[in-house]
Amino acid sequence: MAALRVLVGVKRVIDFAVKVRVAPGGAAVQTQGVKHSLNPFCEIALEEAVRLREAGAAAEVVVATLGTKASQETLRTALAMGADRAVLAELAEGAAAGPREVAVALAALARRLQPQLVLLGKQAIDDDCNQTGQILAAILDWPQGTFASRVSLEPGAVQVQREVDGGLETLRLRLPAVLTADLRLNEPRYATLPNIMKAKKKPLEVVPAADLGVPAGPPRLRLLQLQEPPPRAGGEKVESVESLLGKLRHAGRI
Amino acid sequence: MAGLGMGAGLRLLRRIPPGFGGSRLQSTQEAQAVLPKTGTTTATAAPPKAQRSLEESKSFAVGMFLGRLNAEQVFPYPSVLTEEQEQTLRELVGPLSRFFEEVNNPFKNDALEKVEDETMKGLKELGAFGLQVPLEFGGLGLNNTQYARLVQIVGQHDLGVGITLGAHQSIGFKGLLLYGTPPQKEKYLPRLATGEWVAAFCLTEPGSGSDAASIRTRATPSPCGSFWTLDGEKIWISNGGLAELFTVFAQTPVRDERSGESRERITAFLVERGFGGVTHGPSEKKLGIRASNTTSLHFDSVRVPAQNVLGGLGGGFKVAMNILNNGRFGMAAAMAGTMRGLLQAAVAHASTRTQFGAKIHKFGAIQEKLARMALLHYVTESMAFMISANMDRGDPDFQIEAAISKIFGSEAAWAVADECIQIMGGMGFMQEQGVERVLRDLRIFRIFEGTNDILRLFVALQGFQGLGAQLRGVQAALRDPLGNVGVLTGEVTRRLRRKAGLGSGLSLQHLVHPELKDGAQQTQQCLELFATTAEALLLKHGKRIVEEQFALKRVADAAIDVYAMAVVLSRPTSASWPRCGRSRTETSGTFGTCRGPWWRAGGWWCPPRWDSDSKNTPKHPKIPQKYPKTTLKHPKNHPGLPTAETPQNTPKTSLKHPKTPPGLLTTKTPQNTPKYPKNHPKIPQKPPWDSDSRNTPKHPKIPQKPP
Repeated sequence: MAALRVLVGVKRVIDFAVKVRVAPGGAAVQTQGVKHSLNPFCEIALEEAVRLREAGAAAEVVVATLGTKASQETLRTALAMGADRAVLAELAEGAAAGPREVAVALAALARRLQPQLVLLGKQAIDDDCNQTGQILAAILDWPQGTFASRVSLEPGAVQVQREVDGGLETLRLRLPAVLTADLRLNEPRYATLPNIMKAKKKPLEVVPAADLGVPAGPPRLRLLQLQEPPPRAGGEKVESVESLLGKLRHAGRI
Repeated sequence: MAGLGMGAGLRLLRRIPPGFGGSRLQSTQEAQAVLPKTGTTTATAAPPKAQRSLEESKSFAVGMFLGRLNAEQVFPYPSVLTEEQEQTLRELVGPLSRFFEEVNNPFKNDALEKVEDETMKGLKELGAFGLQVPLEFGGLGLNNTQYARLVQIVGQHDLGVGITLGAHQSIGFKGLLLYGTPPQKEKYLPRLATGEWVAAFCLTEPGSGSDAASIRTRATPSPCGSFWTLDGEKIWISNGGLAELFTVFAQTPVRDERSGESRERITAFLVERGFGGVTHGPSEKKLGIRASNTTSLHFDSVRVPAQNVLGGLGGGFKVAMNILNNGRFGMAAAMAGTMRGLLQAAVAHASTRTQFGAKIHKFGAIQEKLARMALLHYVTESMAFMISANMDRGDPDFQIEAAISKIFGSEAAWAVADECIQIMGGMGFMQEQGVERVLRDLRIFRIFEGTNDILRLFVALQGFQGLGAQLRGVQAALRDPLGNVGVLTGEVTRRLRRKAGLGSGLSLQHLVHPELKDGAQQTQQCLELFATTAEALLLKHGKRIVEEQFALKRVADAAIDVYAMAVVLSRPTSASWPRCGRSRTETSGTFGTCRGPWWRAGGWWCPPRWDSDSKNTPKHPKIPQKYPKTTLKHPKNHPGLPTAETPQNTPKTSLKHPKTPPGLLTTKTPQNTPKYPKNHPKIPQKPPWDSDSRNTPKHPKIPQKPP
């Protein structure tokens, strides 16, 4: 049994069931008073890490996030799901936290904690960037296995089955490696109530983001405008293909 | 205040029927449990202590009967959760709700008449079976308020599962939590917390439902004293077919140390199915909560070790009553949750259904229904959390309030379910929507854990016990009037002021938000009316009040109304709920809740001057003071009608106003009824509640003579 440590990166996002609205001002999404939860793909990644530990292939699961103080709640949920300890890289309110910043923070933590495996969700459901895992692997210069739908650890390596456009691709990567979880990797467990109580005793460390080298400057991406899609207008039935083509030409669509 | 006033007052108070509370006078066993006994060896509190503590009780309901405003437990709205506890609760709410939304299927559970195996397993893994078991035994160690919040979620989704969980932890092993010795707790709690063992509460028998003290199951001690042999039958036991641990109540011979004679007293036992001799009948087919397993149980020479006695020999009745008492707030919380779900369904339907060219929630008839449903939900929720917070704070007296919340919650939920189906129309009637199942599930809540009828008697009698104690206290003071001038002056002044309609100084205005002052005013008036009436009833009937169930029920209804008014004034006022704030809805809700009872109490009639002399009765502007003379005359010479020659004499009229219908007089007023001093300006000339209906206050809407 190797002293294999797994680092899982998670993100606190608006709950998937919430109807998202544009905040007044049109520059951001309404987040005040809205229900937040753990990103579903991060949940899958965490579940995989916990299963590895339960199977004996890993010794410790550390969960980490870059966020404000509110992210502590998310970390507690992660601890309730089975992580051993948690680290919060704390940002000031309103500071930038895009994929680059997250990757820098996780890289710093990886250098500190020396995990053999870093597991992330493939993307967050609020920005759908699908960049963090890749940028992190590049910073650390580690092999990456993205869109993983099956993971199995071998001594010194990990075999990853990836879901790609053409089908399924299986890779063997030398450890340490970065993996990002796709939907069909596993089905996350429900956090049981006793585990939630036990999670209170697990250590949660708070580290200022600046200590991890997260750049404090202005974000490199600026959101210019955000608007809701126009409400769906009524449709129109046409009698023949010719009149359909005529209408489309008239509307400037073709 | 010496002289005439004092003397008059003393005469008012002197006549207290002897022996009240001092002897066995009960017609209901619930009453028996709470009224002090003499010369018995039950484990209940000794009579003098009970009387004193009731007087000093901080309970709002007890104070109501005494004419006092015991505001401590009600104002401000109690909030007991620490930051950490609140945080924990918030973390627990998510997974539990998710489980009930995604995994539990109430339709399946109802159709199968059991909780699905997967769901049961999931609930056990979730930790839902040990919510209040202390952490060291593997439970979640939740306090009552946190438990109430979780029970609210369960009640919202599936009452059948709610009862399965509740029968297990709210009553099934509650006795173990309340009265268990450390070895008993260590032995059983860990397995109960994980749900490995399910528990059941076994009290009801074919011949003993409400009359719990008359159970026939018997436990005979072995000659060596190391075990008991249990024989008997229990029916309608929730979880009967699933449970491994039973809290069983049986009659046991108890030797009175002083007299040496042996009496039968109820004792509680922890019985394991594994002891042998425990069998259960088939699962009962029920109207509602079909998912809950209900069976009869047979105990056939079951050997129960002596160390499995719970709560001491002979203490069974008290154990049973306290277990039920302790679990009542949970019922109210579950009802609040159910009502929330029903409201959601009703609103969803009303806001999407279009008829007559508009969404039906635009119509007043529907709005009224929704408003009433919301009101009932708000009151129940407020009561549930107030009582759970009172219990968590350590307030010792909450029994009456708990009973009130159970009565109110179960009846409110039934009404809300009914109205929800009404709003949904034909859709509501269909099984697919699920609301009909909720209605069926709700029916039992007015029956079990103390039928609402029995609980009403309990509320009234428990309150009267306090009042009786107070009157006895005053009587004692009367034996030494000079030494107790303060007491007597205070008491007499209060009573005289009340009777004169001047109000005895109870004020809620400083406790509530200014916006709610009307409601506070109405509540004050109701409190005054209530206290006056309660006292008059007790003075009239004395110890026989126990048999006056017509009056007791009405007193209880009034008590429930007043408590609801107080609760609903407290919650919006409270500053301890900064997030919720005080919405217009809440204020209107308060108005709505207060107005009904106030109206019913006759508060609009203003000062409670129940003067029999109608000259002084305030004249209501809308009621004609004289009735128009009738123009109908009996047609004397009409052909065909019997004349004087016929055997049947022409009756002037055979209609007589039923002043005192024969045979319906309740009790004869005893010969030594207090004579009211005539001609005293402040004292009404006749006692208000006289059985002679000539003096009974005339209801303004009933004509005194037929027109």
